Amino acid sequence: MFLVMGACAVLVWRAVDLHVFNKTFLQNQGDARSLRVDTVVANRGMITDRHGEPVAISTPVDSVWIHPEIYLKEPQDLSSLAKLLKLDASKLRAKVLKRKSREFVYLKRRINPELAKQVMQLEIPGVSLQREFRRYYPMGEVGAHIIGFTNVDDMGQEGLELAYNDWLKGEDGQQRVIKDRLGRVIKPVALIKQVHPGKELRLSLDRRLQYLTYRELKRTVFKHRAKSGSAIILDAKTGEILSLVNQPSYNPNNRRNLKGSRYRNRAVTDTFEPGSSVKPFTVAAALESGQFSSRSIIDTSPGRYRVGQSTIRDIRNFGRINLATVIQKSSNVGASKVALAIPGENLWRVHNGLGFGMSTGSGYPGEVEGVLTHSAEWREIDQATLAFGYGMAVTPLQLARAYTVLANDGVLLPISFLAQTAVPQGERVLKAKTVRQLSNMLEKVVTGEGTGSKARIAGYRVAGKTGTTKKTSTDGGYADDRYISVFAGMAPASDPRLVMVVMINEPRDKVYYGGEVAAPVFSKVMAGALRLMNIAPDEKDYQSVHMAALGENK
Amino acid sequence: MNNKWILPLLGVLVLVSALGVVFAKHQNRKLYAELSELQKQRDTMELEWGRLQLEQSTWATHGRVEKIARQKLKMRNVDYDKVVIVK
Repeated sequence: MFLVMGACAVLVWRAVDLHVFNKTFLQNQGDARSLRVDTVVANRGMITDRHGEPVAISTPVDSVWIHPEIYLKEPQDLSSLAKLLKLDASKLRAKVLKRKSREFVYLKRRINPELAKQVMQLEIPGVSLQREFRRYYPMGEVGAHIIGFTNVDDMGQEGLELAYNDWLKGEDGQQRVIKDRLGRVIKPVALIKQVHPGKELRLSLDRRLQYLTYRELKRTVFKHRAKSGSAIILDAKTGEILSLVNQPSYNPNNRRNLKGSRYRNRAVTDTFEPGSSVKPFTVAAALESGQFSSRSIIDTSPGRYRVGQSTIRDIRNFGRINLATVIQKSSNVGASKVALAIPGENLWRVHNGLGFGMSTGSGYPGEVEGVLTHSAEWREIDQATLAFGYGMAVTPLQLARAYTVLANDGVLLPISFLAQTAVPQGERVLKAKTVRQLSNMLEKVVTGEGTGSKARIAGYRVAGKTGTTKKTSTDGGYADDRYISVFAGMAPASDPRLVMVVMINEPRDKVYYGGEVAAPVFSKVMAGALRLMNIAPDEKDYQSVHMAALGENK
Repeated sequence: MNNKWILPLLGVLVLVSALGVVFAKHQNRKLYAELSELQKQRDTMELEWGRLQLEQSTWATHGRVEKIARQKLKMRNVDYDKVVIVK
């Protein structure tokens, strides 16, 4: 009797001992043999254009890895695995044996999920998959500079992938799972940390315009054997970037053997002297000062003008001309005389107000601010040359932004790479009246008598300005054989919707004038863009002819 | 109520509550397993969707569309002289 009770007591004590006193230890030991924490990999967010078309997508891939210790307990033939993975069977065996003390050895990274499934069907002990994501860019070279790319670990390295990395990247989750002795997941048990997939990013970009811009810019850079080129289209009403292209470019889906210079988004990170393309802003300063009106006459004869030690030249003697003709014929002498007639401070204030020498607010990594020195530091010659765009440095994006002021009744908008839901708060920098007068002058540039006649578009009124800049040579002066050709403009001129800047760096063919090299790109791309965006032609003659056909009266 | 019943009653209640905990825990695991299964399904579908989108946008690359339109289908832009505007 006592014996039985004694035995029972011992058993009960043992049970209590195991359940109460050693519980934690034993449970930990048991769990350690079956429970594992698994990482749930978060998907990186998709990047789309303004219409929701994908421009960067992550697709799942699997990496095959092996736990050599588990495998070596019951080794199997690896030849079928090697065949699936297109690896050499003997090398594979050697690799596993060599690393037998490790717990994690990659056999092959980033294979497609279908193949991975076949690998798992071989049921080789110790072989597992790890989910990873690979980034694909359906536009390839076309959108490379805006979007940028990610590295092997799916982190943004360049462009908007870098700028919005935190928004896109998402957060890996963790869950507790039960695994069998071969390391296969039997079932998930509990959630430790919720996985947060990356968020989607909608750009202001329009894939169609982007392609159009890319095609024409590439063609032109190739044709003129130019060193590089950039082109930008902005929405005049919102400051959104609709397309932005640089040449040379690269394919973000395959970045092997690539030079760093191709990665650079030159439209945002490289500056140049804008030349005559900023003459309208000199005229704007003149009109705003009240000292000049659209009827003012400037004497530019004899086509030369001496300022201090230097001489400013026109291509020929234009004689006595008004402000509109200064712009239309791109007279350096006229622009300099106007600039020297008004206080330097006024000239500086207009340029500063247009955003030169400061960031555009685009948030693009590596954006530069350009150079605009304060009028207090100017000598007379500095003030004169600034009138036709020398002695300052701007990015193509800054130039485009300044032109949106002319397209937007004198209001400067922040620039955005992301689709905007509302029109952002702008800042008035020029009077609406000044802008109207300037717009009329800029339309004269794009006529048969102007320098930008090749920017014309059938059916539409176009306003714009050409620019041809000599590049500085290594010895300090300006080179006579290296140029930058620019065209900046907007359409339709009656109520501008699109602003575009084309910049071609060092065209090495016979022609180099902005009106010859850059203006045709503007014309071709803008014509296509206006059509794609369903913007009605605004040219009077055209309207009367083609609407009369319907018997309409307008 | 006398004290005689309190203890066994509490004992039974403890037992019931203990069983309840076991049951809840079991339910929790079962439901979590189900949830994971559904999440896995959702993920697979999402991935499939991503793949299809990728495929679609690759086929719809403007360069490719333009080439087919111009070369195979012999399409071209309309001359502006032939456009009539309807307002």
